Amino acid sequence: MSETSNPKQTALHARHVAAGAKMVEFAGWEMPVRYGSELDEHRAVRTAAGLFDVSHMGEFRVHGPGALEFLQRMTPNNVAKLQPGRAHYSGLLTPEATYVDDLLVYQMGEADYLLVVNAGNLDEDLAWLKSHPHPDCTIEDHSDRYALLALQGPKAIEILARHTTTDLEAISYYHFVNGSVAGVDCLISRTGYTGEAGFELYLDPADAPSIWDVLLDSGADDGLVPAGLAARDSLRLEAGMALYGHEIDRQTTPYEANIGWVVKLRKGDFLGREVLRDQKRNGTTKKLIGFEIKGRGIARQGHTILHDDAEVGTVTSGGWSPTFEKAVGTGYVPPHLAAEGTELEVAVRKRRFSAVVVALPFYRRED
Amino acid sequence: MYSNSLRYTKNHEWLRIEDDLCVIGITDYAQKELGEVVYIDLPEVGDSFEPEDAFGAIDSSKTSADVYTPLAGEVVEVNEALEDSPEIVNDDPHGKGWLIKLRFESADQLESLMNAEQYQKSIEG
Repeated sequence: MSETSNPKQTALHARHVAAGAKMVEFAGWEMPVRYGSELDEHRAVRTAAGLFDVSHMGEFRVHGPGALEFLQRMTPNNVAKLQPGRAHYSGLLTPEATYVDDLLVYQMGEADYLLVVNAGNLDEDLAWLKSHPHPDCTIEDHSDRYALLALQGPKAIEILARHTTTDLEAISYYHFVNGSVAGVDCLISRTGYTGEAGFELYLDPADAPSIWDVLLDSGADDGLVPAGLAARDSLRLEAGMALYGHEIDRQTTPYEANIGWVVKLRKGDFLGREVLRDQKRNGTTKKLIGFEIKGRGIARQGHTILHDDAEVGTVTSGGWSPTFEKAVGTGYVPPHLAAEGTELEVAVRKRRFSAVVVALPFYRRED
Repeated sequence: MYSNSLRYTKNHEWLRIEDDLCVIGITDYAQKELGEVVYIDLPEVGDSFEPEDAFGAIDSSKTSADVYTPLAGEVVEVNEALEDSPEIVNDDPHGKGWLIKLRFESADQLESLMNAEQYQKSIEG
């Protein structure tokens, strides 16, 4: 991730500033971290709805007769199971099976895919893909062509339904359709990063301000609020979703990160397969856990995890859970310490917090 | 906003001198930067500190920050109300949200602290 002196602005920048958002540089972009209280924004998404500008995410178009073969080699999930209108979660793995990035793969049409990647990894992802070329497959960076809005929360479907003729109920999780919202063409995807029901809308950046306004106006009485990166992070943490640079990076594999379900060992060869087959058979040397802090204190990324006064691991994410009103976190420990109920400590400088291993995700919505 | 009855540190603490006691809190700027405070870790009465020691920590929904004393001294009182209601630091950082009272050994370090005008300038800069 590169820090730039001139961060990029999304098409909604003026809207964020006008709404009084605190803007921060994130992955080379100037993004809203909160509009008022991030705790209120978090709770609004759990109880009503929140609207996020996540236009910083990168989009690559991968197409051509070799596109399927190329993606099958580059990612661990089974791209052959997709069809136009379906998407899945996957990753870009090194031969050591560690993460270059995590990503979504959308099948747009015959031999035509859209990869959605983290803004902070965009340049490396593109270089990585292009360093493994396939003669019959073209990779293009289309990030500038898309604004991305995430409308998330139990009221999201009701709010969005007022502005589209698309039958939203008919779109299953990880499916999408090309439709129209408030008269604007967009890709309506039933996906998200909050643990709530909701949609992500991919659209022309020029159309983003009008949709942003229409949705916020229309949803205001339902409790819809604009929500920033701070709430996005606490929501994804509660929902047990990995964030690159935290739970996953060049040192971690899908099995270690409890994302083994994206790994389809039998689909054929792919980068990292040998290592993953070995980890599947013999286990891993570390495992991602969720923990709660008992009592006071909040664990943060980089803090040390102790067991019986010995250092056993490191915190990957930590923060305050607005839903449970306690501090929670994730971290890596040896597998024998990963069982629920295991007593641990988190240490930072002179402070020590008692922690206990709990099941991930912390939060699962009731349907 | 920033009263001249207080002195201010670069680390965004404020100090109020009451005879040989010094009350320490965090500034309004600091509480805004921290966001919503959820825990405050304070020392025990009787603990003593050297200048620039961290005497406690504040955990907010967003981050965790140590708080430092610019003066050497012994803690004579901690704000017990913050145990159950840490949000007082957000609501009234310069008043009811004080953190500790210290019996200080020397006022020498006070000279290096900022007055209201200097502090205001430092956070605008």
